[in-house]
Amino acid sequence: MDLTTLTIKDIQTGYQKKQFSCPELVQAYLDRINDKDKNISAFISAFGEETVKQAEAADINNQSNKLSGIPYAVKDNILVKDKITTAGSQILKNYQAGYQATAIDRLQEEGALVLGKTNLDEFGMGASCEQSGFFPTKNPWNTKKVPGGSSGGSAAAVAASFCPFALGSDTGGSIRQPASFCGVVGLKPTYGRVSRYGLIALASSLDQIGPLTKNVEDAALVLQAIAGSDPHDSTSNSYQVEDFPKLLNQPIKGTKIGLVKEYFQTGLDNQVKEVIEQAVNQLGQLGAEIKEVSLPDIGYALPVYYILMSSEASANLARYDGIRFGQNQEAEDLLSQYRKNKAKGFGPEVKRRIMLGTYSLSAGYYDQYYHQAKKVQKIIQTELSQAFSKFDLLVGPTAPTTAFALGEKISDPLQMYLSDIYTVSANIGGLPAISLPVGLAGGLPVGMQLMADKFQESKILSTARQLEQQLDLKLNPPL
Amino acid sequence: MKIKKEEVEHIADLARIDLTEPEKKQMAKELTKILDWVDQLAKVETKEIGVGLKADLSNVWGEDQIQPFAETKSLVDSFPEKEDRHLRVKGIK
Repeated sequence: MDLTTLTIKDIQTGYQKKQFSCPELVQAYLDRINDKDKNISAFISAFGEETVKQAEAADINNQSNKLSGIPYAVKDNILVKDKITTAGSQILKNYQAGYQATAIDRLQEEGALVLGKTNLDEFGMGASCEQSGFFPTKNPWNTKKVPGGSSGGSAAAVAASFCPFALGSDTGGSIRQPASFCGVVGLKPTYGRVSRYGLIALASSLDQIGPLTKNVEDAALVLQAIAGSDPHDSTSNSYQVEDFPKLLNQPIKGTKIGLVKEYFQTGLDNQVKEVIEQAVNQLGQLGAEIKEVSLPDIGYALPVYYILMSSEASANLARYDGIRFGQNQEAEDLLSQYRKNKAKGFGPEVKRRIMLGTYSLSAGYYDQYYHQAKKVQKIIQTELSQAFSKFDLLVGPTAPTTAFALGEKISDPLQMYLSDIYTVSANIGGLPAISLPVGLAGGLPVGMQLMADKFQESKILSTARQLEQQLDLKLNPPL
Repeated sequence: MKIKKEEVEHIADLARIDLTEPEKKQMAKELTKILDWVDQLAKVETKEIGVGLKADLSNVWGEDQIQPFAETKSLVDSFPEKEDRHLRVKGIK
């Protein structure tokens, strides 16, 4: 039996039947990482023997823990105590986390074990993992293609069977778009559903931690473990955390699904469109009521996103001045030290967004850019909440194309930004959304996005689960 | 709207970041392109939208509680330059 291809649920069954031990399982992942990650570069750091030791101590018979002896990978912008946490940036290449993210604490309490930290676009700023300050990650389906981003390392690690699940973070699509490109499930929970304490901030009004998994059931298991309010994050919400795995079989019949008309227009690759339409037909066969819906202002979500995200990022990243974080550059005085540190430590995309955000917030331009973007955000939020008074779910493609080639968009920032065109509206609205693999186009995975109203993750998960079972794809990259 | 090199320099000053001459040139070009694209937002009628930027979330109140923070040492250890428990910084000119 190849242990590395197992889902969380399979592993739990294997443990119960005593088919393998936790150290054996961890060793299987480590061997695979050693063997294959040189071609993929999903990991920035893997903990190796240390995880094996934890596995030896793991109590896999403890039924009260939900994830006993389940190994996982963590996007390297989420703090694991005492471990180097780089956020994919040279400026943090030596930063050792002095405390731990709440999401990691919760997984630890449930018995899960960290295998290592995965690559990302620097501070989450990118859609291809090529903006990492260290190295690009490759797509396990085709190593000449990008894995998507910014959680590209986490998506590639799950797709390549380096781990059964991984954590990512999603500010404008950073869990869902790489999940789509790599053929795995990626869930961005409702804003506030999961504590962001210990997540290195990109845009605080949009950021959210979520799971990348091999199937929907595992996404439900992980979400249940990490969700819930946290005194350390005042934006975390005390909304009830349902038993997501138990709710997976809610009947799909009668579920009202809106196909977002604007998501099927210009820019959408024809092959991707075909795969999505076939999956929509399957939803219909399962008993969902499907209607087209037009959201005329949804196209503004992307420019709104780029203004709000850059503005917030320009404030959030001011702290990397070499005083508390970053390298101490030689300088005569404090101000020139700030300036030199940022100049040396940040990559081109980070500098671009800091500049764009600073511009949008600066005197004379604030009303025209930041303020106007906030107002348009309100219009979009109203449009979305009106849509959710008629529909349970809004559905469309996760991304306009399959994984693009390494280098294809790197020199044109605007082209790269357009990769987020269908995903940003969930962040702008604070809504939950999933990317579910629904087929292949030209040998590369295609993800379908299902978005729901706030805190309606159980609707997303149950519909996605039943569609997944109906499609029964068994996607495995030729690695 | 075309972003000039002087504007790039002004914004870089505000952001406290040094840019090289080639970076300034490139930045002017890219910001111009990105802002031209963002300018589509100006078309949206927003007169009716409230100017307050209050989030439509309610405040979460709680009693102040003192909780010991156990990680002081690891935070101090992460200072790039220090004297005892103090963070050393350059002088302000």
